[in-house]
This record gives sequence, C-alpha cells and structure tokens, in this order.
Amino acid sequence: MTSALSISDLHKSFNNIEVIKGMSLEANKGDVISLIGASGSGKSTFLRCINLLETPNSGEVRVNGELMEMKTDSKGNRLPADQKQVDRIRTKLGMVFQSFNLWSHMTILQNIMEAPIHVLGQSKAEAHAKAMQLLEKVGIADKALQYPDHLSGGQQQRAAIARALAMDPEVMLFDEPTSALDPELVGEVLKVMRQLAAEGRTMIVVTHEMTFAREVSSKVVFLHQGMIEEQGTPDEVFKNPKSERCRQFLASSY
Amino acid sequence: MDFSVVWQYLPMLLQGAWVTLWITVVSLAIGLAVAIPLALARLAKNPLISSPAYVFVLYFRGTPLLVQIFLIYYGSGQFRLELTDLGLWGFFRDPWFCGVLALVLNTAAYSAEIFRGAISAVPRNDIEAGQACGMSGLLLFRRITMPKAFRIGLPAYGNEVIFLLQATSLVSTITILDLTGISRQLISKTFAVYEFYLTAAVMYLVMTYALVYLFRVWEKRMSGHLQERVVNEPR
Repeated sequence: MTSALSISDLHKSFNNIEVIKGMSLEANKGDVISLIGASGSGKSTFLRCINLLETPNSGEVRVNGELMEMKTDSKGNRLPADQKQVDRIRTKLGMVFQSFNLWSHMTILQNIMEAPIHVLGQSKAEAHAKAMQLLEKVGIADKALQYPDHLSGGQQQRAAIARALAMDPEVMLFDEPTSALDPELVGEVLKVMRQLAAEGRTMIVVTHEMTFAREVSSKVVFLHQGMIEEQGTPDEVFKNPKSERCRQFLASSY
Repeated sequence: MDFSVVWQYLPMLLQGAWVTLWITVVSLAIGLAVAIPLALARLAKNPLISSPAYVFVLYFRGTPLLVQIFLIYYGSGQFRLELTDLGLWGFFRDPWFCGVLALVLNTAAYSAEIFRGAISAVPRNDIEAGQACGMSGLLLFRRITMPKAFRIGLPAYGNEVIFLLQATSLVSTITILDLTGISRQLISKTFAVYEFYLTAAVMYLVMTYALVYLFRVWEKRMSGHLQERVVNEPR
C-alpha cells in the first residue's frame, strides 16, 4: 500500500543555517501524527516543506506515491519543477495556519467557496452546499455571512478548517492551530480536530497541546534541532521516552 | 463685483466644466489600464522588465506636468517629418491628444507607485492561504492579491484622482477650452477676472467633492470587513 504521505531525508536551510537536518516521515491513510518539540526545533518549517510553502534544499516529498518534482536553477536554488503539479498536489493537502489566514475581505462563506470554485472548478451551487455543510459541521453555520474579523479566534480557526476541508484533501496539515488562541477557545478547535481524527482523516499536526497529541495521535514525533529525536505511539513517547531531550521537554511542558 | 455677467455665460462655463470632467475620466481610465501592468513591471524580479518601468516612473514623477505637456505638444513639432512618416503627426498636432497623453502618462506613473506599494503590502498570510489551496500565478493575483491590494491602495488612489482633476487645468495652456481655458477666454472678453475665476474655483470644488464622495462610498462598499458589526450578539 502506498502511504498517503511520504517524506524522505528532507533538508532545509535558511541563509546557510540548516534548520531541518534530514527528516523522514511516513503517514498512512488515517494516521494522525503529532509533531512536538521546543520552539525552533523545526516543526513548522518541516510542515511547510510538505506543501512547498518552503522549498526544501533536498529530500523527497511524495503524496499518495506521487513525487513532487524539483529542479535546481542556474544559481543553485532548488525550485519546484512544475508549478501545475505543485498546485494540484496542494489541493490534496489541506493546510490550517497558526493565525488562521482567512481572507479578511471575504465573508466566511466566500472564504470557503473561493478555492473549490476557482481552483477545482466546482459550480457555485455545489460549492455553496458543501460550504454550508462544513460550516454546520464545525458549528458556525450562523456565521456564514460574516467577515472573519467579526468572529472570535476559535470561530475563525474552525472556519479555516472548513476552508481546508472544502477541497476534500487527502491529508490535513495543521500548523500550531491553537497557538494563537485564548485558552478558553482552544477546546472548541481541538474538538473539531478530534472529530476529524475519529472520521479517519489523515492529519499531520504541529502542536503544543500535549493532551491532544497523547489522546488523539496514532504517532508522536519529537523534534529537536531539526532532527527526529524520538518517535513512536503516544504511550511509547509520553510514558517511556528513550531520549533524555524528549524526557526533559515533556517534563517541562506537561 | 457683478455676477450677472457670469450668469450670462454660464452655459459656456458648464461646457468647460464638462470638458474638464471628460478629460479627467478618459485620462484616469487609460492611466489606470497602463498603471497596473506598470506596477507589476516595477515589481518584476527581472531587471530588464523592472528598470524601464522604474525609469518611466522616475521621469514622470520627477518632472513638472506642465513641462511634460509642453514637450509633447510643442516638442513634437520638431519631429514633424518623422511623425508624418510614421503616420502619427495627425495625433501629435491635436492638442486634445497631446493633453490627454501627458495626463495619462503622468497619472499612470503616480498610480503605478500607489499600486506597487499596495501589492507589496498585501499580507504574506493571505498569499500563503491562496497558495496552500492550489492557487498560483495569474489566478492567485486575480483572486487574492489584486482585490486585497485594490482595497489597500484605494484611499491613496482617491487622492491621485483629485490631483488629476486639478491638474487638467494645465491643458488650457495648449488651447483646450476646459473650465480654466474658457474662464480665461471669457475674462479677456469681459474683464470680470474675479467673478469668473471664483465661479471656476467653485465648480472645481463641486467636482472635487463629488469625486471625494464617490470614493468614500466606494471605499465603504469595498470594506464591509472593516465596518462595525450590525448584528447584536456576544462574540
């Protein structure tokens, strides 16, 4: 069986400082993988390399077995070889950002319908029906006609999740989805994410929510200084971490 | 002061005001069409594209509009033979063409800078959200960058529109009978300097505030997301 997502030996540097030092990760269909680690350990960068919001310096990313083609330009920069392929694969990777990144000049409904109509070519009616159904699912159907700035952070993030789901992605990428939220709003977003996990969605989640990582993940990956320091089932990582770094991190954060 | 003389020539003044408005609108429309590609050219990474755009903007923002008008209208006479060969002399001997051309190039340069700034000011987050949904290139520009940049640039562009309306008075120097031109002509006939210029000033004022009002309505319509919420309910 081909894995939903397969990343091998990924390296990424910013200005000659290597922040991802050769990471590999496999996600099968239905896996929920939590990436944990201290700030600066490379979690977000790694996640952003998966859908090429950051271009990795080397390594391979495969989505459903399909390799993202890369090339090197005359100055030695790595670039996507085929933007069309990148666009197509990105539609299969739903991304949820730390600061929601909703388009502030569009209503919630317009935010959700935008890409299904203009990227996937769905009809307005089809996109509308799907959007309303998803808003219902994340519990903010009554906010459909409001603008993002008029919603609370938790509602905005749930709208952003609905926007990502509207593309029918194979894999959902969550980049610290609750880090910008007030503590009392974190729960409503995690609830939606738990629901998605229970439905069998493949999810890669960068998070500081240890309870979520422990209870929902099928696999937990601990990153330290751009490398995978420890990985395993939540029980293995949380109850009996092998690495000293991981033990320290867990002791201080949870 | 005797405004009855103004009253007598009011239809001519209104005719002049109409010319002013016409020149403003035509120059703006064409100028806008030039400004957007120009702004994109300014932002291009390739210096072969960005430097000509930079030089264009530098020149038209760096020299007085009056000089630009004179250069195009009077200056083109020196190249009459060449322009005739190219079949362009018919255009360049027409003051309307020269006036509108100068205004178009001038407003295009200023507007391009406004849009360039606005496009650069579109939040990175908005762009990334679009990319993550599979948008790139023209689609991303058309659906995300451009609408956002337009909202950011609209207030500054409103100023440019007002500036251009005032600047059209300069075309009266090349024989066009716009509001300023017709006023001057009527003054030389009636010697009622104060009355006619004051009336012209009031007409410019009215046109300016009509434009200000239009832009205010437009901005408001464009920025529903910035308005106070009408719905009364706890967040």
